[in-house]
Amino acid sequence: MLRKLLIGTALATSFAFSAHAADVKEVQMLHWWTSGGEAAALNVLKQDLAKEGYAWKDVPVAGGGGDAAMTALKAMVAAGNYPTASQMLGYTVLDYAAAGVMGDLTETAKKEGWDKSVPAALQKFSVYDGKWVAAPVNVHSVNWLWINKAVMDKIGGTEPKTLDDFVALLDKAKAAGVTPLALGGQNWQEATMFDSVVLSTGGPEFYKKAMNDLDEASLKSDTMKKSFDNLAKLVTYVDPNFSGRDWNLATAMVIKGDALVQVMGDWAKGEFHAANKTPGTDFLCYRFPGTDGSVIYNSDMFGMFNVPDDRKAAQVALATATLSKSFQSAFNVVKGSVPARTDVPDTDFDACGKKGIADLKKANDGGTLFGSLAQGYGAPPAVANAYKDVVSKFVHGQIKTSDEAVTELVKAIDDAK
Amino acid sequence: MSTVAETQIKLTPEHDARPGASVRSRLQDLLPKIVLAPSFAATIVFVYGFILWTIYLSFTNSKTFPSYDITGARAYQRLWRWTFESDPPSSWYTSITNMGIFGFLYIGICLALGLFLAILLDQKIRGEGVLRPIYLYPMALSFIVTGVAWKWFLDPGLGLEQTLHQWGWTSFHFDWIKNKDFVIYTVVIAGVWQASGFIMAMFLAGLRGIDGEIMKAAQIDGATTFQLYRRIVIPLLRPVFLSAFIVLAHLAIKSYDLVVALTSGGPGGSAWLPSNFMYEFTFKRNEMAVGSASAVIMLMTLTAIIVPYLYSELREKPR
Repeated sequence: MLRKLLIGTALATSFAFSAHAADVKEVQMLHWWTSGGEAAALNVLKQDLAKEGYAWKDVPVAGGGGDAAMTALKAMVAAGNYPTASQMLGYTVLDYAAAGVMGDLTETAKKEGWDKSVPAALQKFSVYDGKWVAAPVNVHSVNWLWINKAVMDKIGGTEPKTLDDFVALLDKAKAAGVTPLALGGQNWQEATMFDSVVLSTGGPEFYKKAMNDLDEASLKSDTMKKSFDNLAKLVTYVDPNFSGRDWNLATAMVIKGDALVQVMGDWAKGEFHAANKTPGTDFLCYRFPGTDGSVIYNSDMFGMFNVPDDRKAAQVALATATLSKSFQSAFNVVKGSVPARTDVPDTDFDACGKKGIADLKKANDGGTLFGSLAQGYGAPPAVANAYKDVVSKFVHGQIKTSDEAVTELVKAIDDAK
Repeated sequence: MSTVAETQIKLTPEHDARPGASVRSRLQDLLPKIVLAPSFAATIVFVYGFILWTIYLSFTNSKTFPSYDITGARAYQRLWRWTFESDPPSSWYTSITNMGIFGFLYIGICLALGLFLAILLDQKIRGEGVLRPIYLYPMALSFIVTGVAWKWFLDPGLGLEQTLHQWGWTSFHFDWIKNKDFVIYTVVIAGVWQASGFIMAMFLAGLRGIDGEIMKAAQIDGATTFQLYRRIVIPLLRPVFLSAFIVLAHLAIKSYDLVVALTSGGPGGSAWLPSNFMYEFTFKRNEMAVGSASAVIMLMTLTAIIVPYLYSELREKPR
């Protein structure tokens, strides 16, 4: 009995020591990139770090999705047990920074020149109070059309340049007996599409005022009503069975040729790749009509926590590797997004990726790079969700007219502020 | 939870009174208390402690993280205002009306169906051993599995409607799960399917416990079968009704996962229950104070229904 106890204690102690020693050379990472393509993309980073001698340790999250991860993160931070870094979105980074739990990467940022290479719009979320607190991994943009080329050829369509063109194209598809627009009737998908509709209807200036600055006059303006009317118009082109459908099922409809087009962020490209489809020959990527030159973005970030000193070296290594040009290129080629710095060569990217990189650069220089409200980069989560509620209720008929919609939108956003 | 407390109180006076008991017997007396103490302490902290904490948070302006400055009842004011916003319906209005519809139908249909099936199974039929588990097994599934299975079954493009169309009945139309006004009834259907077998088993146990002599006496007095059940059996099953009601009521309140798996919130959030509202606001929208306030309101509503019922049912048992 006594001997067993002694052995047990010895074992436990040795475990404790080895765990302690490993801490320094280990990156503890909380993320929800567990599905095929995403996991493969992340593997690139794991290998980069392994070359430098840092072990990778996933923080387990029960349940998988981003919500579960955020709940787990909240609990870890409340317990004072910070991971080295966590995948984070938009305002979450700022919330945690305001709570004073984020680390400071400013030195690394200076050395690596992030200030210049990372688009200013992104720095709004990765820099808090003058300090770098997060490393952006990629830039997704949501104002894309994904079109099945075979169907497009069959109906003899061309790239729509305006909303009217787009509606005409959808009519053609309808006449040919295909579902014109593939949409998943979940509030974030409807709102993501509406982001593009607002940008197209009101132009870049209007989008910024209404969706990022939340200017009340713009929110209840006639332009906003027009945007809702345009959304209602587009929704008449979806199949009756759209409500509740997951986004990747909607993408699958386009891949299979059951539907002509989906309005979705560039993560949809991952689905086309997984189905062995090539841009240009099997599918087409166009900017949402009337939004060429502007980019509505969201971005994945690795938030860096204020870890004890003996773990800081690993954190710096992670941040440096994350924003290295080689990883930015390798990762984003797989993920479907574009690099979070504008000086990465686009040689490895496909046609859509090349266009995405060029567009991002243009939008960054021209000041037309805007946060997506639906994706939580336009306003804090409370406001973003209030917005999604209103859009979704409008799509599904609880809110009946565009007049009512703008009134509700102003009220809901006021309430959530 | 209350049983723990009661057991302890009962144990204390009887046993401790004996003077000069040996160490061994004293230890034996203490043993139940020692064994129960951890779970008792855990319950106090993790159930009642956190209830108090939630109530506290609902009066703060907690957003992403808990904040501890009391700032008044703004969260309750907002909920109160939302309670009356029916056109277009606020999320809270949708949640509570759905809770009313779902709770009433789910409990009502489960009780009725469970009792009916139990009475049929109690007719000394052959193959009862096979039939009983068939009805009971859905209870072994989690709400998530039930939700996903019914989601596919009810989906007009995949399940029932599609199949019947393929069989030639093309005018058949059943799209409740996609319809904002009817989606909550699909939650009722799936919930009833899952729980009614379990309720049947409870009633069946109750029926088997009824003394055959009473039934025979009633039959000799000339009671019809209907009268027999109406006047004798169902009144005798009253304790089972109580247990079944409590089981169903708490399942109804907890049905969060069923709504998520079956409808992912429904078109425009039209299938939300208060539990969805609470989770959504606390963890997704970073409005912890509002989430806490809604949790407190759920608790109070439940208390207002269950406590009088428990009181009236338990008081009449002097034994």
